[in-house]
Amino acid sequence: MAEENIICTFCGSVCDDGLFDTEKFKSKRLCKLGSSKFSKKERIKAPMIDGKEVSYEEAIEKAAEILVNAKKPLLYGWASTVNEAIRLGVILTEKVRGVYDQCASVCHAPGTLAVIEEGLPGGSLGAIKNRADVVVFWGSNPMEAHPRHGMRYSISAKGLLIKDRKQRKVIVVDVRPTKTAKVADEFIQIKPGYDYLIISALRAIISGNADAVPDEVGGVSKEKLVELAETMKNAKYGAILYGLGVTQSRGRDRNIENAVKLIQLLNRHTRWIIWPMRGHYNVVGAGEVPTWEVGYQYAIDFSRGYPRFSPAEFSAVEVLKRKDCDAALVIASDPAAHFPKAAVKHLKNIPVIQIDPFPNMTTLVANVVIPSAVAGLEAEGTAYRMDGIPLRVKKVVETNYWSDEQILEKLLEKVEELKR
Amino acid sequence: MHHALHIKNGIVIDPKNGVKAEKMDIFVKDGKIVEESEVKGEDVKVIDASNKLVVAGGVDMHAHIAGSKINTGRTMRPEEMRVVRNIANKFRAAVGRVLLTSPAIGYEYAKMGYTSSFEAAQPPIGAMHSHEELDAIPMIDKAALPVFGNWHFVFKYVEAKDIEKLKTFIAWALERTKGFGVKVVNPGGVEAWMYGGNVTSLDDQVPGFNVTPREIITSLIKAVEELKLNHSVHIHCNRLGVPGNYETTIETIKLAGGFSNDARQVLHVTHVQFNAYAGDSWRTVSSGAEEIAKTVNSMDNVTIDMGQPIFGHATAMTGDAPFQFTLHKLTGARWSNKDSEVEGGAGIVPLVYLPKNPVHALQWAIGLELGLLIDSDKVVLTTDYPNGGPFTEYPYVMAMLMSKKMREGELEKVSPFVQKATNLPAIDTEKTLEEIIHMTRSLPARILGLPQKGHLGVGADADIAIYDLNPLEIDTSNDFEKVYKTFKTAEYTIKSGRILAKNGELVDEYWGKTYWVDATGRVDMEAIKPDIEDYFKYYSVELQNYGVEEGWLKKPERIVI
Repeated sequence: MAEENIICTFCGSVCDDGLFDTEKFKSKRLCKLGSSKFSKKERIKAPMIDGKEVSYEEAIEKAAEILVNAKKPLLYGWASTVNEAIRLGVILTEKVRGVYDQCASVCHAPGTLAVIEEGLPGGSLGAIKNRADVVVFWGSNPMEAHPRHGMRYSISAKGLLIKDRKQRKVIVVDVRPTKTAKVADEFIQIKPGYDYLIISALRAIISGNADAVPDEVGGVSKEKLVELAETMKNAKYGAILYGLGVTQSRGRDRNIENAVKLIQLLNRHTRWIIWPMRGHYNVVGAGEVPTWEVGYQYAIDFSRGYPRFSPAEFSAVEVLKRKDCDAALVIASDPAAHFPKAAVKHLKNIPVIQIDPFPNMTTLVANVVIPSAVAGLEAEGTAYRMDGIPLRVKKVVETNYWSDEQILEKLLEKVEELKR
Repeated sequence: MHHALHIKNGIVIDPKNGVKAEKMDIFVKDGKIVEESEVKGEDVKVIDASNKLVVAGGVDMHAHIAGSKINTGRTMRPEEMRVVRNIANKFRAAVGRVLLTSPAIGYEYAKMGYTSSFEAAQPPIGAMHSHEELDAIPMIDKAALPVFGNWHFVFKYVEAKDIEKLKTFIAWALERTKGFGVKVVNPGGVEAWMYGGNVTSLDDQVPGFNVTPREIITSLIKAVEELKLNHSVHIHCNRLGVPGNYETTIETIKLAGGFSNDARQVLHVTHVQFNAYAGDSWRTVSSGAEEIAKTVNSMDNVTIDMGQPIFGHATAMTGDAPFQFTLHKLTGARWSNKDSEVEGGAGIVPLVYLPKNPVHALQWAIGLELGLLIDSDKVVLTTDYPNGGPFTEYPYVMAMLMSKKMREGELEKVSPFVQKATNLPAIDTEKTLEEIIHMTRSLPARILGLPQKGHLGVGADADIAIYDLNPLEIDTSNDFEKVYKTFKTAEYTIKSGRILAKNGELVDEYWGKTYWVDATGRVDMEAIKPDIEDYFKYYSVELQNYGVEEGWLKKPERIVI
C-alpha cells in the first residue's frame, strides 16, 4: 500500500485532497478530468531534433541556438507548469528580447483588462464556501469544466455560516441549459451577446432606476431581472463566478468591467465578490510571476530590453498573425490546435521548440521537442489555484524525464553562454 | 572578489555604539564587521572615505514589497510600470514609478544605501506567494510579518482567555508561514467587514465571537512577550483613515502600559499618520499628532513609524479591507478586495496625494509632526510604501525633519488648511543628522530585534552605506538640498561585505537572507493540534498542504527562540 496525498494539476480548482496509489498508478477522489491526468498516458518518448531522437543536452543546445539566433522569439504557454519554471521563462524571454505570452491571452485576459479598469473585488474560495448564501455562475459551467468546484467550494460545500445546501441559493446565467444549470436553484437563460445589457439593467434596478429598464432585456423579462436584483441585494454574502461565456462573447472585457461595477454597487448594500473561473491549474501563476518580475500579466514584449505591455500587439495570436516573430518556444500548451489558422500558419514557417510531457498538435510543427516531467506527479513546484492561493504540487513518482524547471534552467544557462 | 574591506578615514555616525561623527576606519571580513587585526594578511580592498559619511545600511521596517497585494496593485496599474529604471544588461530589466517590480525594489533600495526591508503584511495562507516575491528581490535582506488580528484561531483563543494556546498558535503560525513576527491589522474590523461592517471602537464586539479589539490586542501582546519574540506586536490600529481616530490610537498605545521588555518596546504602532486625525468629519478634521506624541513620549515601551505621505502617486494597499472600500467610495477609484478564508482580508486602491488638496496636505503635515514631536528614539521613518508613496523619497523626509527652512519652503506650496489644522508651521525642532541616522538604522533594527543590523560595531553584518557628505561640515538646516540629493544616492552601498552599488550604478548582484522566527521549541505543539485539525474544515485547503517549508526558500535564516 503506497497511497500518497497529491495536489491535482488539471484545472484551476487545484484540488489538494487527492490520493495516489503509486503501485497501481491510480488516483482516488479526483474527478474524471483529474484522474485522467494522473493515469498512464501517451508520452513524448525522448528529446527530438527534426524528428530524430537526441539527448536532453543536445536538444537544449539546439533550442538555445534557435532562441539566440532569432531576432524576436515568441515564448508562449506557461499555464500548465509551475511558478519556478515560469520565472525562468520570464527571465529567459527578457534575456533573448522576445515576447512572453500565456494562455490567458486567448482565455481570461479580458478579465485582466477589467481589473485595470475597475479592480477586482474578490475573495478566496474558502470565503465563498464559508459565507456565500448566493452564488451566481455567469457564463461558467463548473460541473463540466471544474467538476469538484461545486462540492469543494461553491455549490454543496459546507462552511462556517453555510451548514447546508439549502442555505445557499445557486443561480446560473447562461445562453443554454448547462449541467451546472441542472443542479442550480435557478437558471436564467439569456440571449448570446447580451451580458453587458443585462448587467446594466441590474445596476439600474439596484440603484433605484428601474424605470429606465425596458420590459425585456436580452431575453429576460424585467420582472425576472427585478427578482434577481432583489435576491442580490438581500444576500448576506454573494459571489459572481464568471467564465469564458462572459470574457469571450460580445463586449468581452467591458462585460467584466460592468459586472465589477455591479459588485461595487452591491457592496453599498451588502457583501458581494466576483471572481473568474480560471481554467488551467496554474494559469494564475503564468500571470502573477511575470507581474512581479517585469510588471505585467501577459502580452509582454522585450525587444527594447525592457518590458512593454500591449495586448493588441504582443499577444501570441497577434504576433503570429503579423509574422512578427521568427522563432517560438511553446511550453505546456497547444497553440497549433487552438490558435486561428493564420496564426498557426506562421508557426509552421518558423523554428519551433516545444517543452511538454505529452504529444499534441504542436508537436507536429515543432523542430525541437523536449519532453518533460508531469508537475504534480513527477515534479514538484508552486502553483496558484484560481483564487491565487498558492499550493505546492508534489512529486510522488520517480521519472527519467527532466522537469520544466530543470530544462529551463539549463536552457537559460546555454543562452547566457552563447550570448557571452 | 575581495574577502576583506578597509573603509578608510570616513566620518562615522553609529548611534548604537555612541559614535557621533568621528573619523575612524571600518574593517570588513566574510560579510561581517571585524577588528583591524582580523584583516591582516588578507586581500584587502581599501575604500577611501575621507570626509564622507559612513553609516550602517538603512533598515526599512515597514513596507509592502512582496505578495498578492502589491502584485494585484501592479496588475491593476500597468500605468505604474511605464517608468524604465534599467534596461536588461548584466542586471535585470527594472521598471516602475511608485509600484516597482521585484528586481527594481532591490535595486532602488541598494542605490539609496538601504540593505534590509520587511514586508509588513503577509496573508498567512498566501505565505508562499509573499516568499516567492521576497526571493525575487535582489540585494537586500528581508522578512515578512504574517497578519494575526482577524484570524479565527486568535479570536477563539482570546475568547477562551487561553494565552498558552494563543502562544502555541503564534509559534505554529510563524513556523508555517516562515514569518518573522506578529502583525495586527484593524483587529476585529476585517471580520466585521465580512458582514459589510467595521468596528468603531476598541470595545465593539467582533461579529460571531465574544471578543473585542481591546482583548485581541492585549492578549497578543501578552503572548508575544511571553514567547519573547524578536519583534513586538506590530499594529495597524482600528479606525484607520477616519477623522477622530487619534483617540482610538492613544487608547491602543496605552494598552502597552502593563507590559515591559528590557530589550525593546512591547508594542509598535505603525504608519501612525493615518491614525492621527482629530475632528469628527472631513470638514472639521485636524491634526491629533501632538496628543499622540505626548502619549508616546510619556511611555517607555511603545514605538511608532510615521507613514509619511509623499506628494504624487501612491497605491493604498492594506489588510484593512473595510477601510479600502471606504477609500474607494471616497475617491471613486478602482478597488480590489480579497477576503481570505478565515484569516482576514485586504484591499487595494490607487491614490494620488496633491499638495493643494486640504486633506492630503493635512496628512503630509501630520506625518512630519509625528516625526518631529516624538523622541527620536521612538519614531522610525517610513512612508508605509506604497501607501504613503515611494520609499525612494525617504531622503525628502530625512531632509525635512532636519530643516525648518526646507519645511517653510514646502509649506508655501501646500493648501493653507494646514496652517490652522496642524501645528507644523510652529514647530522649530530640527532633528540632528545623528538622530536621522538612528531613525533609519539603529532604531528600526532594535525595534525588530535584530542585534546584528543597523550599526557598525564589531560582529555586525557588514551592511554599510557611504554618502558624499561631511557631517562635520554640513549645515543640515540650510543645505537641505544637498542633504536630500546625497541621501538619494549612496556613493557606496555595501551588503554583507560586497559592494553592490556605487554612485547610483549597480555593480554586483547579491541575494539576501529571509529571516524567520522559530518559537516552536517554547511551546507544546500537541496542545493545539486537535483545535487546528478541527477548525481546518473551514479552510479550502488541507492542513497538510498549508504552509511553507524552509527548503522552498532561496536563502532562509531561521532564528530560534
